[in-house]
Amino acid sequence: MRERSAMTRRQFLGCIGSATAAAALCGLTGCSASSGGSATSGAASASLSGSVTAVGSTALQPLVEAAAEQFMNDHSSVQITIQGGGSGQGITQISQHAVQIGNSDVFAETKLSQPSDANSLIDNRVCVVGMGPVVNKSVSIDAISLDDLKKIFTGQVSNWKEVGGADEAITVINRASGSGTRATFEDAVLGSTKAPDSFKPQEQDSSGTVRKMISQTPGAISYLAFSYFDDSIKTLKVDNVAPESANVENNTWTIWAYEHMYTSNEPDETTQAFIDYMMSDDVQQSFVTQNGYIPVSGMKVSRDAQGTVSKLS
Amino acid sequence: MSKVMSHRSLERLGRGLTGSCVAISFALVVTLIVMVTYHGLTTFIVDGISPVSFFCGDVWNPHETGDNGVPLLGALPMIVGSFAVTLLSCVFALPFAIGSAICIVEIIPRIGRTVIQPVIEVFVGIPSVVFGLIGLMIVVPWTAGWAGGTGYGIFSAAIVLAVMILPTITSLSVDAIAAVPQSYRLGSYGLGCMRWQTIWHVVLRSALPGLLTATILGMARAFGEALAVQMVIGNATAIPDSLFTPASTLTSILTMGMGNEAMGTIPNDALWSLALILMGMSLVFIAIVHLVGRKGANVHA
Repeated sequence: MRERSAMTRRQFLGCIGSATAAAALCGLTGCSASSGGSATSGAASASLSGSVTAVGSTALQPLVEAAAEQFMNDHSSVQITIQGGGSGQGITQISQHAVQIGNSDVFAETKLSQPSDANSLIDNRVCVVGMGPVVNKSVSIDAISLDDLKKIFTGQVSNWKEVGGADEAITVINRASGSGTRATFEDAVLGSTKAPDSFKPQEQDSSGTVRKMISQTPGAISYLAFSYFDDSIKTLKVDNVAPESANVENNTWTIWAYEHMYTSNEPDETTQAFIDYMMSDDVQQSFVTQNGYIPVSGMKVSRDAQGTVSKLS
Repeated sequence: MSKVMSHRSLERLGRGLTGSCVAISFALVVTLIVMVTYHGLTTFIVDGISPVSFFCGDVWNPHETGDNGVPLLGALPMIVGSFAVTLLSCVFALPFAIGSAICIVEIIPRIGRTVIQPVIEVFVGIPSVVFGLIGLMIVVPWTAGWAGGTGYGIFSAAIVLAVMILPTITSLSVDAIAAVPQSYRLGSYGLGCMRWQTIWHVVLRSALPGLLTATILGMARAFGEALAVQMVIGNATAIPDSLFTPASTLTSILTMGMGNEAMGTIPNDALWSLALILMGMSLVFIAIVHLVGRKGANVHA
């Protein structure tokens, strides 16, 4: 008797589950059908067709998704799929030619086991992302020197009073080892200095979680991309330079990185068209700035995989 | 349909269909085990990391190399963290789970079986990220409030996990207690025992193998849980010296690192090794369940 009632409960749940799945599926197909139908395509673009898959960086994902949606509206027979998975995934998949585009927050050379494998890839730098130190609102200082910042992130300083603030313990929140944001921050702030093995701060996976933790934890410090700055946290000036796009463009704010969309050496026509679209003013002046990134065209300097910065004429 | 399929071919069709289902599931399990083992052992065989330093080292920094030129891969902090949260969450959950199971079966069977048990079973299906969010919003600030520090750590993780595994253990314990033959209880009452004496000396003792299985399956869930733990444990790869300082588990480091590392690199292989440890542990849990089950069967026989 008991067994039977358990069965029916399970069946009932199963029914609800499959009904939901079916409804979701209908919604999806309905949606894609309607967007395909309403698309208006010009004469030149009508020739483009096929599907493009882009995998990788979750930081870059919202921007590429927005651009891809617009691109698919303009080219009705093109299907672009954007997946997350992280920069490591993006670079793995594109170097195995499993996808058409690999999105990454870092240079492929720094991720691949054979850095020379990056030679078979084309590095499309679609935009620049600036990052800055953020603290809990309880922290009394507004600016910090690069040297003090380095001391905090190597564990040499553990109280805000040692860097000019109130008597309050510092809680450092790092990003996961291997994350692009962390690599960028450490390159710019720590340089060749390494944090000692005994210094083991907390680590968090996503920018959203880091922001939430910073806003909740008194005395906490971490770093975020400019696009994640909001009123729940406080940003710090570094060496009296404010974390702003204009300062990134001339490299007076040094904590920044490119967002890369890697393709193979010989991308197909549709993939190339999408990359060209990403670099066009349509995307650079709208989606890029709307998502909190900095257009590459505004940059007055460039940086290579080794971190060498050179002025652009 | 005029021609009905002959009984023989119908039998054959059924056997073929169900047989292929079994074959596919079996092949999936085997390939999965082989794949995780293969990648997990790469760290030791190809990359030349010594298993001793992997299991006993306490510095986890796959992107840095130590003084001897070998990447810093010491998984001990995560192994300790995983066992600590698993055991502690069981300690928190067990009294509540067994207590409510006794109540549901023995004391208020009508309401228990029709109202309380279904509600508890709904709990089993709540996604772990929901528990993680609640942990982040409520448990962490609460812990920080009375224990000091940031609130992230093994204690908070164990609380969240305890709530997660509570329904699993309760539900299985209810089944175990209900499976005790009614004649045992009647015999006990016949000897003049009170209800409490009957529950303590007869029912719980006979249900012990089932209760152990329930506990171990709960522990297996706690050991393998990734998302909720990762949100509240703080993820510091240090061997925990307190329940209230940030620590990490095998799963929390795995979920954080997975997307960031490219295949074929040492940091990626190291993550596969963590996965291998996790898989090995869950096989151990399953083996224990089978052993306990067999022993229980012997007792009842």
